[in-house]
Amino acid sequence: MSLLVFTLIFPLLGAITLSLFPRMSYGAARTIGTASVGLSAATFALVAVFWSWSGGFPFIQTLWQWIDAGDFQVNFGLYLDGLSLTMLGVITGVGFLIHLFAAWYMVHDLDGKPGMARFFAYMNLFIVAMLLLVLGDNLLLLYLGWEGVGLCSYLLIGYYYETPANAWAAFKAFIITRIGDVFLAIGLFLLYVVFGTLNIQAILHAAPSVMTQGSALANIAALMVLLGACGKSAQLPLQTWLADAMAGPTPVSALIHAATMVTAGVYLIARTYGLFLLAPTVHELVAVIGAVTLVIAGFAALAQTDIKRAIAYSTMSQIGYMFLALGVGAWQAAIFHLMIHAFFKSLLFLTAGSVIIACHHEQNIFKMGGLRRKLPFDYAMFIIGGAALSALPLVTAGFYSKDAIIWETLASGHGLLWAAALFGALVTSIYTFRLIFVVFHGEEKTKAHAGQGLAHHLPLIVLAVLSTFIGAMIALPLDGVLPHEMAEAGHWVELFFEVLAAIVALVGVAIAALLYLGSRKTIDTLLASERGQRTWQLFHGGLGFDGLYDRVFVRPFLATAKAHEKRDWIETVVNIVPALSRGANTGLAAAQSGRLRAYAMIMFAGAAVILALLMFG
Amino acid sequence: MEFTFFLAGLIALVTTARVITCANPVHALLYLITSMLALAIDFYALGAAFAAVLEVVVYAGAIMVLFVFVVMMLNLNAETVAREKSWLRPKLWAGPSAAAGVLLLAMLWALISGGAEMGGITGAELSAREVGMNLFGPYVLVVELAAFLLLATLVVAAHIGRDEPNGVSDAAARGERVTSNVQVGESR
Amino acid sequence: MNELSMVYGMGLAALLFLLGFVGVVIRRNTLFVLMCLEIMMNSAGLAFIVAGARWAGPDGNTMFILIIAVAAAEAAIGLGLLLQLQKRFRTIDIDAASEMHG
Repeated sequence: MSLLVFTLIFPLLGAITLSLFPRMSYGAARTIGTASVGLSAATFALVAVFWSWSGGFPFIQTLWQWIDAGDFQVNFGLYLDGLSLTMLGVITGVGFLIHLFAAWYMVHDLDGKPGMARFFAYMNLFIVAMLLLVLGDNLLLLYLGWEGVGLCSYLLIGYYYETPANAWAAFKAFIITRIGDVFLAIGLFLLYVVFGTLNIQAILHAAPSVMTQGSALANIAALMVLLGACGKSAQLPLQTWLADAMAGPTPVSALIHAATMVTAGVYLIARTYGLFLLAPTVHELVAVIGAVTLVIAGFAALAQTDIKRAIAYSTMSQIGYMFLALGVGAWQAAIFHLMIHAFFKSLLFLTAGSVIIACHHEQNIFKMGGLRRKLPFDYAMFIIGGAALSALPLVTAGFYSKDAIIWETLASGHGLLWAAALFGALVTSIYTFRLIFVVFHGEEKTKAHAGQGLAHHLPLIVLAVLSTFIGAMIALPLDGVLPHEMAEAGHWVELFFEVLAAIVALVGVAIAALLYLGSRKTIDTLLASERGQRTWQLFHGGLGFDGLYDRVFVRPFLATAKAHEKRDWIETVVNIVPALSRGANTGLAAAQSGRLRAYAMIMFAGAAVILALLMFG
Repeated sequence: MEFTFFLAGLIALVTTARVITCANPVHALLYLITSMLALAIDFYALGAAFAAVLEVVVYAGAIMVLFVFVVMMLNLNAETVAREKSWLRPKLWAGPSAAAGVLLLAMLWALISGGAEMGGITGAELSAREVGMNLFGPYVLVVELAAFLLLATLVVAAHIGRDEPNGVSDAAARGERVTSNVQVGESR
Repeated sequence: MNELSMVYGMGLAALLFLLGFVGVVIRRNTLFVLMCLEIMMNSAGLAFIVAGARWAGPDGNTMFILIIAVAAAEAAIGLGLLLQLQKRFRTIDIDAASEMHG
């Protein structure tokens, strides 16, 4: 069991080695970067086996004392229970597959550049930070991982930093998630003040006795955590960064912006669920945020022309489902969907990456078309991933995870949210199959070259298998960690509503087929009209949140800054300090005249004063 | 004893006053030596015969001879005396004298107000033997420190007093002479 | 035997010390400054002798010997500096050596 720490050590060693030798050859960088995560995944497997053998009790591994300042003590401790084990598996397992795929993918980015150590160093560092986030036994360690993944996300979004737009996208992602981080930090301070500790289990244990149900304190603390989670998980109102984050390499989008980092918010809320149980208002808010985000992101995904941006909006929408599940108290369903989503969304992203490479870095779906004959393998993979995303009944994993959420929403009595979720499911299958039909059907527009090699095929195949009902058979050991769902399963009502959800998904596919298969006459006339054009523009821009924030926050800030550029009373106040020190400097420099006689006089005066003090004082 | 003390003290004061007002360095030195000899007499009057002898031999003898050597090396003449006089303007005296007066008043006030408890001096003879026993008894560490001090002084004096071999810093201080040398070199 | 009040001895030392100080401050010639320093040292020595005589012990004389050692050291270094000053600046005006001003 003490092997647990090695899941961290391997990627850390990898990151250090890769950053110490930035000019190493591509082969070496690829081997080190992939092998370190592979070893980490193997360690996870061992840990998982030992853990379930030993009865599945929470396991704490305290490595050393991190901070010891007065009453404030923080351990560098790892905490393993069913929830962190699940996350650990997703991060190391999916992470390894994505690293493997990246080893194939990044070859096409070499262009005579020396090595790719920087890329793999960032990726390994990301794995370390993400593992710290999910394994930390206290909120400060979690926050360290939280910031670490934010940093790696920033570095990897801006990986192609030669293009200014990519650097701006990285800035945007960093700054917007940082707004959430600030709220999380405030939440941490608040929790420390209230509980006197940052240990998560201690807080959860003490919470019911310290805070009363529904008190303002509990609500504020939960709200701060929620806002932090929103920033990281790209939920309303901090969702605008995720689509732009697609500027990074595609494996990065798969690893960070689909499978792991963006789900950190879900993990955080699940981890501190006790807090949300004490704050019913904020708990409701989680569900509302999730529902609104999933609908908005679904609309935005309908009108994307960039394959990666479309998938990014679908990620946002799926995390909305997870938030919805968290908000209605379906904790286990949320984590289950998190894992399934990690499978099929990385599959989609990796396949998209494969398609992009096959089409020579073309990302516009309307310039692809008809790829199913040239890229049958990618086509199959995309169908499997898209089917899971759309939750097509029975054969896909997404069906089991997503419909559990939709059912729980209804069962917990949230009719309106249920309608939103169901509508979201309809939109999901429309945009998913729109992608498939546009990219793989219709007339051929480019010459494509299918990807080759084990590193290309293996991750896709494994993820594809996990995206089918096989993945849904994984039983998560969450019973001791998270509360059970409220609703009874297996009821005939549930059966009815599941059938309804399945029909909705299939209707979505049918609508997409109607619009995008064949001559696309309907959609063309729809878009040609003025209203259709305006709607399309609105959806294409992510429903105008960027413009809204620009008008509400950025421009007033810039205007204020500009108005005070030269004459600023704060500056006047601040300038007192340098003026004082400059005056003191002038005075002291004058005293240091270099004239011995003046010095003698000053010494004498000092002696006289001291003598006077001794005599009369 | 009192008579001797006061007379010698008066001589010391007068000659010291002349030291600080005199413009000619040689005269000032002679006044200073006289002042030290007078102080030696005061020491003797207070019973410290050994200290008196040391004052004459070491202070008035050795240290002052050092000053005399330096005065000889400085090539003083009537011109320097005139310049010295020009430096001694009455305006300069006011400030330091006032400050010294204030401190003197303070010290005298302290002495007089505490004078009753101070007691008197009998002027009993103190032999050199006692001083020696004291030096190499309880004060031996201080003697060692004094030895360190003198050794350090030796090193420092040797360092400061030496001539710069190639005169780099010399030349920098006297830029005009360097240029003249160069001109000589060119004309050759 | 008649007793001499310690006040006179100490007063003489104070007067000599202050004369020396006035000399240090008003003279610009480094040679005179050094001489005045000697006067101040000497007056300190006198104060020790007076105090030693008052309690009829050898400690005052001991300290006087140490003062002589310090005075000798100071004179040696001071005069060495004086010669360097003369050599580099062609003057013994102590204000000329004020290059370490702030």
